[in-house]
Amino acid sequence: MNFDFSDDQKFLRDEARKFLEAQCTSAHVRAVLDDDNVSHNDEVWQKIVEMGWLGAAIPEEYGGLGLGMLELCVIAEELGRVLAPVPFGSSAYFFAEAIKLAGTEEQKAELLPKVADGSIVGCLATTEGPGALSAASVQTSAKDSALSGTKVPVTDGDVATHAVVLAKEGSGTGLYVVALDQDGVSRKSLKTIEPTRSHAEIKFDGASAERLGHETGNGMTVLDQVMNRAAVLLAFEQLGGASRCLEMATEYAKERHAFGRPIGGNQAIKHKLADIYVKNEVARSNAYYGAWALSTDAAELPEAAAAARVAASEAFWFASKENIQTHGGMGFTWEVDCHLYYRRAKLLAVQAGSPAVWKEKLVSALEAKNAA
Amino acid sequence: MDFTDTTEEAAFRAEANAFLSQHLEPKKAAAIRSGRRDDYLKRAKDWQKVKAENQFAQITWPKEIGGRGGSPMQQVIWNQEESKFDAPIGPFAIGLGMCVPTVIAFGSDEHKQRYVQKALFGEEIWCQLFSEPAAGSDVAGLKTKAVKDGDDWVINGQKVWTSGAHYSDYGILLVRTDPDVPKHKGLTMFIVDMKQEGVDVRPIHQASGGSEFNEVYFTDVRIPDADRLGEPGMGWKVALVTLMNERLAVGGSPGPDWAEIMDYARSSGSMSDQAFRAKLADWYVAAQGYKLTKFRTQTALSKGETPGPENSIGKVITANHLQDICNSAIEMQDHYGIISDKDHAPADAIFQESFMWAPGLRIAGGTDEILKNIIAERVLGLPQDVRVDKDKPFSAF
Repeated sequence: MNFDFSDDQKFLRDEARKFLEAQCTSAHVRAVLDDDNVSHNDEVWQKIVEMGWLGAAIPEEYGGLGLGMLELCVIAEELGRVLAPVPFGSSAYFFAEAIKLAGTEEQKAELLPKVADGSIVGCLATTEGPGALSAASVQTSAKDSALSGTKVPVTDGDVATHAVVLAKEGSGTGLYVVALDQDGVSRKSLKTIEPTRSHAEIKFDGASAERLGHETGNGMTVLDQVMNRAAVLLAFEQLGGASRCLEMATEYAKERHAFGRPIGGNQAIKHKLADIYVKNEVARSNAYYGAWALSTDAAELPEAAAAARVAASEAFWFASKENIQTHGGMGFTWEVDCHLYYRRAKLLAVQAGSPAVWKEKLVSALEAKNAA
Repeated sequence: MDFTDTTEEAAFRAEANAFLSQHLEPKKAAAIRSGRRDDYLKRAKDWQKVKAENQFAQITWPKEIGGRGGSPMQQVIWNQEESKFDAPIGPFAIGLGMCVPTVIAFGSDEHKQRYVQKALFGEEIWCQLFSEPAAGSDVAGLKTKAVKDGDDWVINGQKVWTSGAHYSDYGILLVRTDPDVPKHKGLTMFIVDMKQEGVDVRPIHQASGGSEFNEVYFTDVRIPDADRLGEPGMGWKVALVTLMNERLAVGGSPGPDWAEIMDYARSSGSMSDQAFRAKLADWYVAAQGYKLTKFRTQTALSKGETPGPENSIGKVITANHLQDICNSAIEMQDHYGIISDKDHAPADAIFQESFMWAPGLRIAGGTDEILKNIIAERVLGLPQDVRVDKDKPFSAF
């Protein structure tokens, strides 16, 4: 039984934490929050690029560090703690994993080294309107390597240089990689409840696109596999954010006095924080299991990823809202960071399918398993 | 990350499993549900003897006192393997897990010689007498008193919720010896002979209908001063050692889990209910969360490290989910769900029985509220609750 990260991975975590606490402070996040014309913090982004983290799980033959998925999980948790205002997840989890999983040999050789060295920024474009994503609801279509339609919102869509796009092809769907700096693509920034990560509406009008190497019409199935992989990584980001919320709330509850004593001496606050702790530990254990399944390509990945995502979405949501509540009126001011976590928690909870979608995936996976 | 044993762990697991296979039947779901047979106590004593003769009774105890001298990880492995078999272990869990370790820690050489081996070999059963009608969560507020009389102490008062008192031979008894000091400082621990005159054990008729617990009345019971554990007034310290010795949870489910309600939902055509599916996902995530958290604890043990506080989430999760699962299963059966008659009720009425048992689980061994206080104070470091009686003599209240 070795259900923990290795000493090397823990060393990576400690180093990443030190680095990010110094280089990605609340002021760096707020520089993006308070400026509508800024899509991300480029100073932070360039430093992260230099660290090589984007290539942590990209094999060395494709220009990455070739460390592995567990290392990427460790980095994800630390990025989540500090609310890194950069397109890391879009490029390293969604785009890179899609290319790794379904790209042709040429696409991998062309794109992965550039993701790793930061010379391109990838994103995933699937959503077109309200409601859960389904093959039937996709209107964007591809014909003869030309893509037309509108994706909205695309997380990090205005900073990205490339997108993997879900489109109709014949009676099925396909995943296409598209360069976003071409004539057939127009982008518009969107106002969202999470301004520290930019969002765009992207219109494709006969844009030149290249299909990934999967079977024709099989896009949704491949996307599902990409989502399972990204879900585990997102779970670690969520876990990092939830852990930080519990720390913030606990620190504040010890400092803030009311009625002559710290508010953290009252059971209404103590039990609230204990509830956060319980949810966070449930999320941590499920995330670790997801990491194990991801790193070993285990057959259990579908249920492990879904459980990790359901637990982490619940933990971060609960921790972020109760962190505000614990801070009282202070927690509802722009200047205190509580709302930044509340915003990020909601983005990460719906970005790759809402909790309801993942609960359904989980139960379907359990049914399939028991039927076998 | 991996879930495999080290070579040594695998060897011990194989040894344990071979031993268990030789002596016990594998556990079957039906056997768990069939309740305890009349000969349960005798089977438990026999099994305890066989374990002790083969050094499987207390893995981590030193060999000199009949243990195996093994590691905490080996104890976990043993517990996991034993839980796969129909092993009658209930009557000894509290005695060997909590009471006897207290005797070993605080008793005289005579005590150890007299009691440890007999308990280990299943000849004598122990119970723990702490809780009282007016002292549950605040157990240090107990009132049963002991007054010194010559070389004896004379005990009067009442204990409650004592598991197994009706078949126990001895108990460890926490009483008040000095009411004129603050409550934690006036307590003393004793070994008590449960079969002596003046000890009156009466079963509690629980809200669930069963009677697994007892009230124990003490009327002028005499205990020799030699059977005191620790100094007079040090009883609270001794009690904390008892409570710390609670064994690592073996993870046996206290009742139906997500898999059982899923089985039932499938057999009854309820899997199409979207609200139910969402709840099922939540139960699975919580159950996995608890199970996997124990794996994290085992990992620390396996590496020879001290586990973190993460295991403290256990009962808060399991007791509440058990209650929620049983409630949902009953509502799924609609009006029919009220039936607990096994001739009619689906799944041998396991959901109805556990529904009535669940409220007790949320209270026994630390209420939800006390457990959350413990997490808040000991894990998160939040201030203690206001304790107005902390520094005042017990008799002032």
